[in-house]
Amino acid sequence: MNNNQNIAETAISCSGISKNYKKVEAVKDVSFEVSRGEIFGLIGPDGAGKTSLFRILTTLILADNGTATVNGFDVVKDYKKIRECVGYMPGRFSLYQDLTVEENLEFFATVFNTTIEENYELIKDIYVQIEPFKTRRAGKLSGGMKQKLALSCALIHKPTVLFLDEPTTGVDPVSRKEFWGMLKNLKKQGITILVSTPYMDEASLCDRIGLIQNGEFLKIDTPDNIISQFAENLWAAKSENMHTLLGDLRANEHIKSSFAFGDSIHITIAENYEVEKLIEELKQKGHKKISIKPIKPGIEDCFMELSQSA
Amino acid sequence: MNDTTSNQDKVIITENLTKKFGHFTAVDHISFEVKKGEIFGFLGANGAGKTTAMRMLCGLSIPTSGKGTVAGYDIFKQPEMVKRSIGYMSQKFSLYEDLKVWENIELFGGIYGMNDKEIAQKTDELMKTLDFENERDKLVKSLPLGFKQKLAFSVSIFHNPQVVFLDEPTGGVDPITRRKFWELIYAAAASGITVFVTTHYMDEAEYCDRVSIMVDGKIEALDSPENLKKTFNATSMDGVFQQLARKAKRVDS
Repeated sequence: MNNNQNIAETAISCSGISKNYKKVEAVKDVSFEVSRGEIFGLIGPDGAGKTSLFRILTTLILADNGTATVNGFDVVKDYKKIRECVGYMPGRFSLYQDLTVEENLEFFATVFNTTIEENYELIKDIYVQIEPFKTRRAGKLSGGMKQKLALSCALIHKPTVLFLDEPTTGVDPVSRKEFWGMLKNLKKQGITILVSTPYMDEASLCDRIGLIQNGEFLKIDTPDNIISQFAENLWAAKSENMHTLLGDLRANEHIKSSFAFGDSIHITIAENYEVEKLIEELKQKGHKKISIKPIKPGIEDCFMELSQSA
Repeated sequence: MNDTTSNQDKVIITENLTKKFGHFTAVDHISFEVKKGEIFGFLGANGAGKTTAMRMLCGLSIPTSGKGTVAGYDIFKQPEMVKRSIGYMSQKFSLYEDLKVWENIELFGGIYGMNDKEIAQKTDELMKTLDFENERDKLVKSLPLGFKQKLAFSVSIFHNPQVVFLDEPTGGVDPITRRKFWELIYAAAASGITVFVTTHYMDEAEYCDRVSIMVDGKIEALDSPENLKKTFNATSMDGVFQQLARKAKRVDS
């Protein structure tokens, strides 16, 4: 604990960061801060610039413009200090496939001049789940186990800031829930977590999120605040024939937006139009069992609204 | 229902289909049928056996026991005929990045035995419907992800297969592109192509006509999303999935 006291309150800070790959502007003038102990989610699709940001902050690549610090250390000048105090789990499986589970963990511990025993407490909850397979080669593990091993390896040197690049991509909903449970536990131990995900439903599990697309933030705030700033009234529409309903809603000029959303279609309606009129029109088009109810938007609704107005 | 006519309507039939690797039963006696033009969601946790089952249905892996026909062909005896009658697309696309858009189409059309005239004519049509005319001569690697995905899907059904297998087709794309992609799936299904799709997005499970959920190699539930939600007393497919997949005993999950 004493160690942590002289660490800056701002765990991560980016100011005007840009990164280009030839003509592609991967990150465009991005600024944001992550406070100590926060779970901050970078939410956005592939190609949004998430991985470039991770690589800049973990000192693996240099930004073209701007400055960034992690634990108060500059990503260019103090890169060695940053590497000592952060853990990084890249999007692609980063472990040695030909080493066993235990060997991988030992390797990462040794690289950071520590031992498994010294920091076992921190990884215990996660590692016990894969410990029965400690003599199995990492390449032979299932997806869920690989993920747990990678997280253990990223934690073994007791980092204060953890960078997780799409740890749950391609992972089934049950394992994803479990993984977020582990992150909550790490947060309780004071670890700051920057995590990226393409799954919008994971946004609500973060303290704050940055919605990111095409190298720029659409919005940075708490999930609740982002939802409360949704500018429109949102409705969930259903009828017996969902396929034709979407087409009929699109064809209606009073419907401002319409997106399939699980078992309903989320729509926003022009101000001079009423839901009763819409129901009447849909009836005339032959729809049955029409239901149009007001609903609270989710992060995915917000993302789509913001990305369309961007 | 007359048995012969109803069987013609079934594009996929499996009966106790099983695949073992040594002592490990990856797919454990699964039986189901998929109708022509149906959108069939094939869900399950990681390690539940989805990929193994899909590989058998694509003629890429010979089952250990049980029966299966795809597009009328026996997956044991006629795997090559199965391969000709299906389309396949995965998250990793399978397009050649260093070939141009039209070159990819020509290559895949040729592999599936289409003649030049047919390929040329259908390519023109496809470029129009996808609004891709400006992209025709571009290298695939220069296209945005959403374009690649649309193209990969269109290529997978270019030879007009009876059934297309989509393995997590929407991973990583933004929410708007993801939804547009599903509109392509609907259009394909409406044209009579059967769609067999895996996904980890539970909202997408709701877009399927019927959904099966695999747990530890077995199909634990199979019904329309609406009925599954009723049966499991859940408000969403995520709720159904969480209840079923949590029962998994395999350490792999």
